[in-house]
Amino acid sequence: MKKRLTLAVGVLVVVLIFGYFAFGGLGRSLVYFWTPTELLAEGDAAYGTSVRLGGMVVPGSVRWDADRRELNFQLADEGGTIEVYNAGIPPQMFLEAADRKEPIGAVVEGTLTREGVFRATNLMVRHSEEYRAPQHGEDKQEYYRELFRDQSSGGAE
Amino acid sequence: MTNTVGYSAIVGALVVSLVGAVIAFAAVRTGRSGLAALGRRASYVVFGLACLANLTMVYALVTHDFSVGYVAQVGSRSTPMFYTVISLWSSLDGSILFWGLIIAGYTAAVVYIHRSRYRELMPAVAGTLLVVNAFFWLLLAGPANPFTQVFPVPADGPGPNPLLQNHPFMGLHPPLLYLGYVGLAVPFAFGIAALITGKLGGDWIRAVRRWTMAPWIFLTCGIVAGAWWSYEVLGWGGYWAWDPVENASFLPWLTATAFLHSIMVQERRQTLKTWNILLVVATFLLTLFGTFLTRSGILASVHAFTEGLIGPFFLGFITFVLLASLVLLAWRTDELKSEPTLDSVASRETAFLLNNLLLVAFTFTVLLGTMYPLIAEAVRGVKVSVGAPYFNRMSVPISLALVFLAGVGPALPWRRGSPELLSRKFVWPSAVALLAGVGFWLLGARDFWTWLTLVLAVLAVGLLWGEFWRPARARMQAQGEGMGRALASLTLKNRRRYGGYVVHLGIVVMAVGIALSATYRKEREVTLAIGQSAEFAGYVVRLDSLYAGREAHRDFVEAAFGIGKGSEQLAVLTPRLNYYPMSDQPIGTPHVRTRPHEDLYLSLMAYARDGSTATVNIIVNPMVVWIWIGGGIVALGALFAISTVGTGGVTGRRPEIAVERDAQPIRAAVGGSD
Repeated sequence: MKKRLTLAVGVLVVVLIFGYFAFGGLGRSLVYFWTPTELLAEGDAAYGTSVRLGGMVVPGSVRWDADRRELNFQLADEGGTIEVYNAGIPPQMFLEAADRKEPIGAVVEGTLTREGVFRATNLMVRHSEEYRAPQHGEDKQEYYRELFRDQSSGGAE
Repeated sequence: MTNTVGYSAIVGALVVSLVGAVIAFAAVRTGRSGLAALGRRASYVVFGLACLANLTMVYALVTHDFSVGYVAQVGSRSTPMFYTVISLWSSLDGSILFWGLIIAGYTAAVVYIHRSRYRELMPAVAGTLLVVNAFFWLLLAGPANPFTQVFPVPADGPGPNPLLQNHPFMGLHPPLLYLGYVGLAVPFAFGIAALITGKLGGDWIRAVRRWTMAPWIFLTCGIVAGAWWSYEVLGWGGYWAWDPVENASFLPWLTATAFLHSIMVQERRQTLKTWNILLVVATFLLTLFGTFLTRSGILASVHAFTEGLIGPFFLGFITFVLLASLVLLAWRTDELKSEPTLDSVASRETAFLLNNLLLVAFTFTVLLGTMYPLIAEAVRGVKVSVGAPYFNRMSVPISLALVFLAGVGPALPWRRGSPELLSRKFVWPSAVALLAGVGFWLLGARDFWTWLTLVLAVLAVGLLWGEFWRPARARMQAQGEGMGRALASLTLKNRRRYGGYVVHLGIVVMAVGIALSATYRKEREVTLAIGQSAEFAGYVVRLDSLYAGREAHRDFVEAAFGIGKGSEQLAVLTPRLNYYPMSDQPIGTPHVRTRPHEDLYLSLMAYARDGSTATVNIIVNPMVVWIWIGGGIVALGALFAISTVGTGGVTGRRPEIAVERDAQPIRAAVGGSD
C-alpha cells in the first residue's frame, strides 16, 4: 500500500512538472489572429506579441525598394490602419496588384514594435478576385476572419 | 443510374453491417458457431458492397459523369487520368467512401484469417468492427453522401484541389495513411472483445500484435510519405510544420507505438492489463478524433479542403466509443487487477515503462498544442494558433529520451541484470559515444541538442550492434559458423526481436537526419537577371532562362538554373510556378537535388513579367535524405518482425514463442486473469 502511495505521488509530481512546462511553453508560443481593429484595441499589450494580422492593403500605400529589398505598406480594415514593414521579396501577385492599384487582402506575420510599425517576417496575399470589398451590412470582422482561413489553406508555412 | 447503384451499395453496406453486428454479438452471447459463421459472412458481404460503391465512384470519375455530386465537385475533363482516379480521396466525401472500403477490407480480412481460431474472441471482434463499419456507412448514407444527384448536369467541373494534383506522391500518401489509420480499429476491436468476453489474458495480446504492427507500418510510411510530399511540393524547404493534420496522423502513431511496447510487458509479466486496454482504446479514439479534426472543417490548415456537417456525427460516435469502453472497463475491473512488480531499476521493464510514459507525455504535448486553438476560440472567442516553437521545445527532449531508450532498452535484461552483464554491455558503447561526443564538438557541433542527438545516436547504435554481435559471436564459436551466416541464422530465427532492433536503428537514423537538417539548414532569397549568378553555401546558382508554358490542365512559369561548384557544372534545376484554372494562387513546385550529405532545394518565388529576372529561394538542407531512408529502415525492420507466419519454417514451430532467447514458458492458457 505504501509502495502504491509513493508511486502515485511520484506520478503526480512528474505530471505537474510536465504540465508546468507544457502550459508555460504554450503561452509563449501563441500566435494571435487579429485584424487591425483588434490589434489597436489591445493597446500596449500588443507590443511584442506574435500576431497574424489580416486586412486589406490600402491602395497606393505600397512602397517597394527593390535595391534594399524593403517593403512598406498600410494594412487596414474599417476600424484602423497599421503601417507594415516587411524585409524580403513580396510574392509575385502582391506587387502586380499594387501596380494596378487593385484592392488586395493580405496577411502578415510578425509583431508590432514600439514605434508603431508592424515588422512582418512573412507576407501572404490573396488576389482581388476573391477579395471583393465587404458588402454593406456584412459582419466585417467575420469577413476578415475568412481571410485567415483562406490564408492558412494556401500552404504558406 | 450511377448514383442509384452507388447509393444502393452504401445503404446495403449499412444495413448488412448493422444486421451482421447484431448476429455477431448474438454469437458472443449464445456461443453458437452457426451465428458466428453468419457474422463472418456479413463481413464479406459488406466488403463486396464497399468494393462496388468505390468502383462505381471511380467509374463515374473516369467517365466524367458530372451528374454525380462528388464528380461535379472534384472532377474536371482536363485533369490527367492518374489524378482523376486518385481524386477518389482528394476531397471529403470521396475520402470517407475510400475509408469505408478500407474498414470493410480489414473487417473481412480479420474474420477470414482467424475463421478457425480464437473462437471466443472472434465474434466479438467481428461485432465491434461491424459497428465501426456501420458508423462509416451511416455517414456515407447521410451527411457525406458522395452520390447526390446534380441537376442540371454541369458540362465540366473544377478538378481536385491544385495542391493535391501537383505531385504523383498524392497517389501513395493518403492510401498509406488511411490503411494505417483505419487499421487501428482492429486492435481496438480485439481490446473490446477481450473486455466483452473476459478473455483478458494471452489470446488477445497474441492476436493483436500483428494486427497493430501492420497498420503501424502503413501509418509510419504514410507519415513519412506525407512529410516527403510536403517537402517536395509546398516549397518552403521543410517537411513538418506541426500542422493539425500532421499532428492528427502522429497522435495515434505515438499511442500505437506505446501499445506495441507495453503488450510485451503483459506477455512476459502478466501486468499492465488495464493500461494496454486503455492504450488501444485511446489509439482508436485518436484516429476518430483526427478524422473529426481534419474532416469536419473546424480547423484551417494546408489540408483543410473540406467542410461539412460531419462534425456532430463524429463527436457523437467518439462519445459513444469512449463511454462504451469505459463502462466495459469498469465492469471488468476485478479481472484486470494485476500486481505491479518491478524487480530492479536497471531492467527491460523499466525501459518499457519509461518508453510508455514518454510516448504518452508526447501524445499529451501534441494533443494540447493541437486542441488549444479550438479551446481558446470556443472559450475565450480569440483566434490563435500554437507556433512550432512550442512543439519543438517539448518534443526535442522527449524524442531524445526516446532515442536513448531505443538503444538502452534492448540491452537491458528482463527482471534484473547482474552488474557484470551490464558493464560488459554498456562500457564500450558509452566510451565510444563519449569519444564521438568530443569529436563532434571539435568538428563544430555547437548546438547542444544536436550534439546530444548525435552522441545518443552513437550510443544507441553501439548498444544495438552489441545485441546483434554478441549472440552472433557465440554462435560462431559454438557452431563454427562464419560471421554472415551466424548473423543471418540468428536474426532469421528471432525475427520479432531483431526486426524490432532494426526499427530502432531506423528511428535513430531519422533522429540524426531531423536534428542535422533542422539545425544546419541554410536559406537565402535572391533575385537574378538572366545570365547572372549568385554564390551560396558553396554552390554557384546561375539563372539560365525563364519561360512560360501550357499543359493540359495548367499553365506554368519555369526557371532554369545552372548549378555549379567552382567552375564545375553539376546540374540544371527547374523550379516552377503552376497556375491552375480554378485557383487564383500559383502553386510552386520546387526542384530538389538530393545527395547523401545535403539537398539543394530551389523554389521559384517570383519573376518579372518581361522575363528578365527571377527570384529564387535557395535552401541547403544537410542530411535530409536520411529521414526518408530511416523511415524505410523502420518499415523494413517492422516487416521483418512480423514476417514469421508462413516463412517461419526454420524451427518448424511458431518461432516468435519458440526462440525467445531467455524465454520463460509463456502461459498458453487464458492466463493472467487469476
